Amino acid sequence: MAADPIHQFEIHKLFTIGHIGGQEIAFTNSSAYMFATVAVISLLMLATGRQLVPGRMQSVAEISYEFVASMLRSSAGSAGMKFFPLVFTLFMFICVSNLIGIIPYTFTVSSHLIVTVALALLVFFIVLFYGLYKNGLKFFKLFVPSGVPIYILPLVVFIEVISFFLKPVSHSVRLFANMLAGHIALKVFASFVGMLGALGFVGWLGAVLPLGLTIALTALELLVAFLQAYVFAILTCIYLNDAIHPGH
Amino acid sequence: MAESHGNKGAAHTSAGDGHKAPFPPFQKETFASQLVSLAIAFVALYLIVSRIALPKVGKTIDDRQARIEGDLAEAQKLKDESDAALKAYEADLAAARSRAQAIGNETREKLSAASEAERKTLEDKLSAKLADAEKTIAATREAAMSNVRGIASDAAAAIVQRLTGVAPDAKAVNSAVDASLKG
Repeated sequence: MAADPIHQFEIHKLFTIGHIGGQEIAFTNSSAYMFATVAVISLLMLATGRQLVPGRMQSVAEISYEFVASMLRSSAGSAGMKFFPLVFTLFMFICVSNLIGIIPYTFTVSSHLIVTVALALLVFFIVLFYGLYKNGLKFFKLFVPSGVPIYILPLVVFIEVISFFLKPVSHSVRLFANMLAGHIALKVFASFVGMLGALGFVGWLGAVLPLGLTIALTALELLVAFLQAYVFAILTCIYLNDAIHPGH
Repeated sequence: MAESHGNKGAAHTSAGDGHKAPFPPFQKETFASQLVSLAIAFVALYLIVSRIALPKVGKTIDDRQARIEGDLAEAQKLKDESDAALKAYEADLAAARSRAQAIGNETREKLSAASEAERKTLEDKLSAKLADAEKTIAATREAAMSNVRGIASDAAAAIVQRLTGVAPDAKAVNSAVDASLKG
């Protein structure tokens, strides 16, 4: 069981909440980690002081705020700031749940495709509906780049439409695959340490290499956890910018 | 980790319970539960963030920014004030210095004029006294000279009387004394 690298992604039912259309809705370990993520973010953002000179926790809260605010403002302009709570929620939810997931024996919420797909589709539909609401039919200028010769325009529009509808796919699969692959790699190398360690003294010597790799991979995964949250958030900003300013 | 076997409908199975379970992220039975949890958690987080957390943190940052700008403006104002005070002080100092110089010059001139006048009156007085003294000296000398003639005549008469035993003629003595005085 311990050596199975897939085991960490299993969903366990903790208790049943109810049924929707015959489908059982359960409170699972995934749900627990989702709510833990919400609790950690709320604690970070609400329990910190309002000092003029911030302490450590307050600095983290303010740096997160300004990091997301400047990311959104630089890519979607000040008109995009009405989506600040959304982007901030997305970024913090993904970042904190990824960071929690690096702790051994925990569960990574974004290692499940359904979660990342749900978040990516949320962004996709907000972009689609806000773009249509804000710009009307001008929103479709998004698919018609200016300055393209008329004889290749149909091909370009075709590619643009396809790329628009593939955005949620790449948006969600990127995060999911990064988290999944990283955690599998970590688990595989860590299990080598256990297996080699069981062989005796020579095994102990041999286990040094995968142990070092596991440590290095953990550091890498810390970076990836943050980076994938950042990538998800900045892509959200870029897609929102498309909705606000559809002309290329 | 508990090997919680799925109960009804084989939902939420774990690996290794006899038949080969599908890869966990692709177990469709878990999708509904995850979606519901995600929706609740995400909406709750969105509400907390947008209603409470971001306004609070944003206000803290804005307050700090306002405070820093206010402090900088206050510092600039105070600096301007101190610069103005320094300038006024320097102007006052220069004015006082020039006035002191003027007063000094005036006083010096007044004093030198007064001393000059005093010197003049003193000199005048002294020269008058000197002239008086010279006059007195001349008179005294004259008187003395006339007394000398008388004494010389008497002495000559007395000498002649002692030598000759005859009292000489006063006229002859006087003319002789005059002649010898002239000579």
